[in-house]
Amino acid sequence: MHNFDFVRPSTLAEATAAMQAEGAQALGGGQTLMPVMKQRLAAPDTLVSLAGIAEMIGVCEKDGALVIGGATTHAQVASDAASMYPALAALAGMIGDPAVRSRGTVGGSLANNDPAACYPAGALGSGATITTNTREISSDNFSTGMFDTALEEGEIITSVAFPIPEKASYQKFEQPASRFALVGVYVAKFADGVRVAVTGASEGGVFRWSAAEAALSGNFSAEAIEGLSPEASGMITDLHGSGAYRAHLIGILTKRAVAAAH
Amino acid sequence: MADGGIGAATKRREDVRFLTGRGQYTDDYTPAGTTYAVFARSQVAHGTIKSIDTSAAEAMPGVLAVLTGEDFVEVGGNPAGWLINNRNGTPMKEPKRPVLAHGKVRHVGDAFAAVIAETAEQAMDAAEAIDADIEEHDAVIDMKAAVADAGTRVHDELTDNVCFDWGWIEDNRQATDEAIKAAPHVTTLELVNNRLVPNALEPRCSIGEYNPGTGDYKLTTTSQNPHLTRLLISAFVLGIPENKLTVHAPDVGGGFGSKIYHYGEEALVLAAAKKLGRPVKWTASRSEAFLTDAHGRDHVTKIELATETDGTFIAFRTETYANVGAYLSNFSTATPTFLHGTLMAGNYTVPNVYVNVKAVFTNTAPVDAYRGAGRPEATYSLERVIDKCARELGMDPIAIRRKNFVKPDQYPFTSAAGLEYDSGNYDALVDGLEGLADIKGFEARRAESESRGMLRGLGINTYIEACGIAPSNLVGVLGSRVGLYDAATVRVNATGNISVMVGAHSHGQGHETAFPQVVADLLGVDPESVEIVHGDTSKIPFGMGTYGSRSLAVCGSAVYRATEKIIKKATLIAAHMMESDAEQVDFEDGVFSVRGTNKTVGFGDVALKAYIPHDFPLEEIEPGLEETAFYDPANFTYPSGAYACEVEVDPDTGKVTICSMVAVDDFGTVVNPMIVTGQVQGGLAQGIGQALLENAVYDENGQLNSGSLMDYAMPRADDLPNLVVDHSHMTRCTHNPLGVKGCGEAGAIGSPPTVVNAVIDALSRAGHDVAHIDMPVSPARVWEAMNK
Repeated sequence: MHNFDFVRPSTLAEATAAMQAEGAQALGGGQTLMPVMKQRLAAPDTLVSLAGIAEMIGVCEKDGALVIGGATTHAQVASDAASMYPALAALAGMIGDPAVRSRGTVGGSLANNDPAACYPAGALGSGATITTNTREISSDNFSTGMFDTALEEGEIITSVAFPIPEKASYQKFEQPASRFALVGVYVAKFADGVRVAVTGASEGGVFRWSAAEAALSGNFSAEAIEGLSPEASGMITDLHGSGAYRAHLIGILTKRAVAAAH
Repeated sequence: MADGGIGAATKRREDVRFLTGRGQYTDDYTPAGTTYAVFARSQVAHGTIKSIDTSAAEAMPGVLAVLTGEDFVEVGGNPAGWLINNRNGTPMKEPKRPVLAHGKVRHVGDAFAAVIAETAEQAMDAAEAIDADIEEHDAVIDMKAAVADAGTRVHDELTDNVCFDWGWIEDNRQATDEAIKAAPHVTTLELVNNRLVPNALEPRCSIGEYNPGTGDYKLTTTSQNPHLTRLLISAFVLGIPENKLTVHAPDVGGGFGSKIYHYGEEALVLAAAKKLGRPVKWTASRSEAFLTDAHGRDHVTKIELATETDGTFIAFRTETYANVGAYLSNFSTATPTFLHGTLMAGNYTVPNVYVNVKAVFTNTAPVDAYRGAGRPEATYSLERVIDKCARELGMDPIAIRRKNFVKPDQYPFTSAAGLEYDSGNYDALVDGLEGLADIKGFEARRAESESRGMLRGLGINTYIEACGIAPSNLVGVLGSRVGLYDAATVRVNATGNISVMVGAHSHGQGHETAFPQVVADLLGVDPESVEIVHGDTSKIPFGMGTYGSRSLAVCGSAVYRATEKIIKKATLIAAHMMESDAEQVDFEDGVFSVRGTNKTVGFGDVALKAYIPHDFPLEEIEPGLEETAFYDPANFTYPSGAYACEVEVDPDTGKVTICSMVAVDDFGTVVNPMIVTGQVQGGLAQGIGQALLENAVYDENGQLNSGSLMDYAMPRADDLPNLVVDHSHMTRCTHNPLGVKGCGEAGAIGSPPTVVNAVIDALSRAGHDVAHIDMPVSPARVWEAMNK
């Protein structure tokens, strides 16, 4: 690891100011950034820790949405959101292992936008709104590709509002080594329709499976999508499975999510 | 027998320090003035080193020295321990393996320079500043392509990429070919034994020290066999006299084979310590461990089994391509040959066996012995093709094995692959398995799985392996450049407690608990009064290390023999003390007595007398009570086992879940059943890891795709079922004094084919025409096999 300066602001205003410095990098829970820095593949001049900003930590329900502070850990979401939005709390409780969940944050996960991470599916599947220190971004416009988002340089995710659906479920099929999603499918049924978000599968990162959404919006049952699976082209092929296998899993997991939604 | 002697399930005394954070590992040792080494490693798999400019690195803060391959041109290479001859009698190709790459780099991670600096961070910074001009070449990755095309060569000085083309037993080749040609049924299977990364919890670490006042060197290192490392450095690489070099392997956090071998980093820290006059430490990162620890397995095999229509085996014929990587690691040539080919008769009376092994150089990390070492490859090939054969003939997998087993009245039995099995009872093991695994109840469990939409399968496997490595006279004939005995010194101190200096290094095997049980049993003393000393060449007589499940069978036998010598000497002293003749003195439960009298003297009193010899007849009895024995086994030992596994396959996703795993093994005498159970369970976890999860994959350019734990899947607790282990159906080894066979590798040998057989069984029962799936049997591979 190369040398760097470390600042730990206690307010969002201080954090915003610190992020103006040349070579500044926001630090959430460090579950991706720290290993990358240890491998000397990233060398920020200044790390701006978001862990001490009280206004960015916590879970509450507001206007029919679950609002999570950007620096809230997965462990806290798994426990504090369980009664408000059980499917999203369950998603948080399935990330990594207890050590990861105790450090990793929702803001960090969304900002990193790993194509196999869980939160991008939860956010897109819920139709979440991502609030930063400068603006609000719809989850439909947030992901712009693998490890790429609409965030500008220095922009900090302060909170995320997840509209609470009538019922929802996240089904994750784990990649055996990393235990990220080989494929993960988030299904959420709202009064005005169904959203299906898929992570782990596409070379373009998290995406909405619109054909399934259309079928399920008319008939929210596993039978409605029997035999349906997306095109294999554009799906990731790697050591752990082909694009065709991932496309197949999307169909299976979507059916399971529909059956399990509550 | 003393309390806590042979057969007692004593808790491991070494766990007190391991479980309370008081273990002392190599990296915990930082002598005053330590400097730090970091290696510059090749990013490409194959290239010519045009130039290395170290001037920028040398000018950086804290940098003390930058070394390159040029600095080691005059010293020797790291040799292969076994010389294998080709089928035509010519010797194998043995390219030099230098301390640092010189001329060419031959795999990703091949070290071509090293920086020594005041801190590890300064050394890392400087290593990045080394300007190496390396002209990249096409990489040699696929073994069959490497054999077919001699144009792209890993070693330019060789005529092709074939290290050797070996036949076993070459004289049996024609008879085996003819038997197969004439057989009524032949089952053929092509398979891959997947390449594995050892992933010991503790990465390699080495510290070199040099004392200019005495000229003494000390290497503290993560090693399974410090004496072999000393021998290799002294005799082959650096030429340091053995009596001027101490090698110390303190607590070692797992090896699984990967720390048997001498690595270039060890020689480098010693050379650098002399150059700088300061200690030099190197600690591998996990990434370096992935790229540079010797990998395991990596065979591509075609096996044929010829049978009568009733399932009687007529012949096994095997052709294997064995990857040795870019350089020959110390045991790499023995692993696919004498630890693999000689086992290709399995537990069976089959009359014809022939094995052809082509060892191939590739631009990948060296491949060498990894838990089981050749025997897992042999067992996997045999037991997969037998399972396929049983399916083709419509036979029960247990019945076909029983039909061909060597029977208890046939020992000693010389197998068609040339080994003489001394003891065993395979039917008894299967009898035990059928009960413990409740084979009869399988159908009910399958039906229950089916009611939940899951495909259940039952996998059966039996194995034999060769441990107690090895009889020097035999391995010498087979090409070993060393003997494979072991040594122990038993020192009875004046106050009666005992130090035992053993050649076998303990890094998870529990020697510090089990060896005292042997000594205590023989001497009738409290095992707690016996202390084991290991790992330090300056303290112990000699040792050939810990691998091949050899510690108890070979070193334990040396301990036994040395303790017998102690009893002999102590009997002389006791006879003197009781004014009798030694011939009249008996020794039992720690007490010497004169036959037909009530005269007795305790072992402790005799020990004290040995060091206070005021009235000794010095012409007849020397003072002191210390004895050394070297033990060289008469034969290999032959542990065997019968395993069963039940799996559920999710037909929607292809995911395999292991429901049960039962291992019934014959290890001969069991000294500490708790430790043995733990060894088997650890082996099972590694075997299940190979079967379902682990896979080291290089891309066509020689980049290691599974180069971190994010892509290389190690088995975790929740991947494993309850592991049921039974070692009660034992037959004694007939040729070592303890009757022990060895247990360290069995689980990793027996379990992979058991798991794969179970998966194929599950798919077959569900009507899928799937003859084989290569390991790891991942969800994607199972799904593809079901939907091909």
